[in-house]
Parts: sequence; structure tokens; C-alpha cells
Amino acid sequence: MTTKFTPDHEYIRVEGFTGVVGITPYAQEALGDIVFVELPEIGKVLKKGDEAAVVESVKAASEIYAPVSGTVTEVNSALSGEPGLINSDPEAGGWIYKIEIADAGEIEGLLDSDAYAELTL
Amino acid sequence: MCPRAAVFFIREVLMARASDQDLKTTPLYQRHLDANGRMVPFGGYSLPVQYSAGIMAEHKWTREQAGLFDVSHMGPSFLTLADPSGDAEADHAAIAAILEPLVCGDIAGLKPGQMRYTLLLNKQGGTIDDLMVGRSPLHPGSLYIVVNAGTKENDFGVIAAAAGNRARLQRADDGALLALQGPEAVNVMAHVLPAAAELGFMQYGSFEWDGNRLVISRSGYTGEDGFEILAKADAGPVLWDALLEDDRVKPVGLGARDSLRLEAGLPLYGHDLDETVSPIEAGLGFAVSKRRREAGDFPGAERILAERSGHLARVRVGLIVEGAPAREGAEILDQTGATIGVITSGGFAPSLGKAIALGFVPPSHSTPGTKLQVVVRNRTQAAEIVQTPFVPHRYLRKPLVS
Repeated sequence: MTTKFTPDHEYIRVEGFTGVVGITPYAQEALGDIVFVELPEIGKVLKKGDEAAVVESVKAASEIYAPVSGTVTEVNSALSGEPGLINSDPEAGGWIYKIEIADAGEIEGLLDSDAYAELTL
Repeated sequence: MCPRAAVFFIREVLMARASDQDLKTTPLYQRHLDANGRMVPFGGYSLPVQYSAGIMAEHKWTREQAGLFDVSHMGPSFLTLADPSGDAEADHAAIAAILEPLVCGDIAGLKPGQMRYTLLLNKQGGTIDDLMVGRSPLHPGSLYIVVNAGTKENDFGVIAAAAGNRARLQRADDGALLALQGPEAVNVMAHVLPAAAELGFMQYGSFEWDGNRLVISRSGYTGEDGFEILAKADAGPVLWDALLEDDRVKPVGLGARDSLRLEAGLPLYGHDLDETVSPIEAGLGFAVSKRRREAGDFPGAERILAERSGHLARVRVGLIVEGAPAREGAEILDQTGATIGVITSGGFAPSLGKAIALGFVPPSHSTPGTKLQVVVRNRTQAAEIVQTPFVPHRYLRKPLVS
């Protein structure tokens, strides 16, 4: 199981052919209290870089892009009632959606944890 | 992840470590850094959007206890008659006569120490700025004027030009301006400076504190009771520390300042007010004082009086929005899907747990209870017109007879 990152602060945790997507602890900290999450529709086909979801803090709306191409297979509906999970537990309970990865090669093009950490120094 | 909606400091939220170069700092700058304030550029200044607690916690603290804000970016100033006669009433009339042609408020009618919210208007009756004007409790022929940060250079120019050599405009925006807001503010003030705790709502005075001269008003921008305190730059941090010594006081950033004022239904200049918006359109008819209305002697009087008698194309309203917050620029639609207006401020209301907004619609669609729609990310969401304030004001109301 590997976790990769985008320069836009999404993570994707690869579990076989599925990726679990969310925003990094750094991103949730920067955004502040999340008050609303717009989840993608299950079955939605995304190209790498497409807008997949939107998270809203008190002050701002931010797009969550698809880190890789694929099909949305599951969304974290707990976020509808409790968007703050992204703040309190961004990497586990605060995941946003799962994607069936269309092209495993795209994963290789993403940042590893060291490269991402360097970006947010 | 990318910021998208038109909110006034989104970029800064995500680029929290944006370079501070070319930004002015306030006398409290080091205090913000020490308190882990997340500094953002705002109105040319580096100011904290929030501290460690976060916007939600800071907002709620202000509603329940007392929040301390650095608003030193704003434009406090004093307009003082060049040649006072020594007759207090005549001198006040003379200084009021200099400012009144620029604003729609009754300045002549102010009692010593009384403040009034008014609007600086252009010839078309549009709003150049909204501001507070107070009559000095001590010095006849002197006014205390506080304008907005983003507009202060222009405002000061307009006022100084109107004054000519009859009065002198002395800027005080090189000092510290603190706001202490919330239900506990008065109890904190009673401890720090008991005399100031006696001020009535929209009154101000000059007080001696720890060897410093402070100008304190019973006013604010949160809908709560509270004070705004002007101090010299070097006294600012000392006062900041003294107020924070009280456990009921916590520092609050600009993020919560905005969500608090939005819940209070108070317009934000540059968003809900601009040079095209008249006081009547903005729902600020109360700021067009009776005497001025009857005389019709303020900029744009023809338009404003016509609007007041019903010839109004749009009016500012409050909306409760279902689902995602509708931010500034979002279209407002009627039930048939026709565009009828636009959101000018919107966000999440921490006290209500839902999205609220201010916007402009035709008067025909402005009645509370009217069901409308807003467009968020190309989808429509239900919205309903509601009375403002969204959260009731809790200003001090002294009984007339005690």
C-alpha cells in the first residue's frame, strides 16, 4: 500500500486497483474549519486533474482535483453530516472518495511522501 | 486543490506563508506572531486571519465571552476646527457644517461624546464609504471619524479637501485600534478601566490608562456589546496584553470578524456597499437622518429620496441558503429560474450552523419568507429571504430612566 501526493495537496492511498483520495493534514490546517463538502457522484468518470469534489471552510471554497484518471466507486457520506472529519482525521475518517484507477502509470507520476514534505516545508 | 469562489482572502488562506514584503504592519504585529496568528495580506496590512483556535472557535468565543481584535488597519482620525470661537455649540455647528455636505447623517445634532454611523456619498448617491462620526466630549469643534481601511486614503482626501483651511484632518491610523467584543467585554472593561465601562452605546470618551491616553467608544462590528479602543502605537501592545490577562478574553482574527459581522447583518464595504449602492438600496435608510432628509441637502438626495418613496430597483436582503455556502458573486434566481440578483457576501454562520448570505434583489422579491434559488458551482440551491440580523444584536440598551 503506497500513498502518493499532488502539488495541490491531495493524497491518494493506493489499495490494489483502488485509490482513496483526501486532502493532506497540511491542507486541512491551511484551510481551517471545514463546514461543507460537495462529494462526487458514484460512477463519475474523472480524468486526471478534473474537479472531483469541493471542500468549503468558513471563508473559502476549494476544489479537490482527481490525482489520477478513473471512476468514482465510493464516497465518504459521513462527511455530509460531519465535514469536520477532514480536520480531525484527514488521512483516515476524513477521506473523501475512492476511485478505480484507470491507469496505474499515472500513480508513478505523483509525489512520494518525501517530495511532498519538501514542498510544504 | 485550488481556491475558486470569490471570497476576499481565499488565496491568502491557502498561501498562508505569503511573503509579507510591501505590507504594512500594525503595532500588534509581534503579538500576532507570538500568538501563532496566521498572517495574511489584508487592505495593505499583514493581519491575522485566525489564531491557533481557528475561525469557528474564535467566532463562538466572541459570542459567548469576549474577543480581542486588532483593527489598526482602519482609519481613525480627528477633524478639528482651525479657528474655534470658544462657543461650544457654535464651534460644533461649524465643524458639522464642513462634514455634512459629504454625508447623509445629522452631524450637527450630535451631543458631546455621541457617535453616529453614517455614509460618505458621491453625487449620484452611491456610497464612497461607511463610517463612524463622533462629537468630541471635550473639545468643541472636533469630530472623531473612523473610516474603512481599504478606502481611507480616498476618504481622507475627500474630507481634507472639503475642510480646506477651515479645519485640520489629523490621521490617527499610525496607532493601535483594538476592538473588544462580546457579552463579557463590559465586565473586562470594568476591571481594566472602570470609567470606560460606563459609556452608553454609541458613546465615546477619552480616558487615562497606565499613563496613556485612550479614545474608547462603545461600538463594534460583531453585533455584540463591546468597545473600540484607540491607543498610541507604543501603548497598543501593553493594552493588548492587559486585556488578554483576563481569562474571558481571547484574540480573534479577521476570519471570525467577517463571519460575526455577516451574522449581524452588517454590510462590508467593497462587497455589500460600493459607489453604485445607495443607502436605501443597502437597507441603511436609518443612516439618512430626518433633518437631512427634510432638507434634502446631501449628495444624491434626489435619487435617495425617490428611492425612499418607493422608486427602488434593488434592495439588500439576508438569505438562508440550503447546502453549500453561496459566496460573493453567486446569482440569485426566482422560482422560475430567472436571474433577479446577486450575492454580495456569503459564508457559513458558525452560530447557526448553516450558510447565510447578503445580496441584492428587486423589492418585489425581498419579503421575508420569499423562496428563491442561488447558483453555486452551476447548480441551483434553495434559499429563503429572512430578516436580518441573522443573529440578534446584543448592543447595550440603557433604559431611558434608571
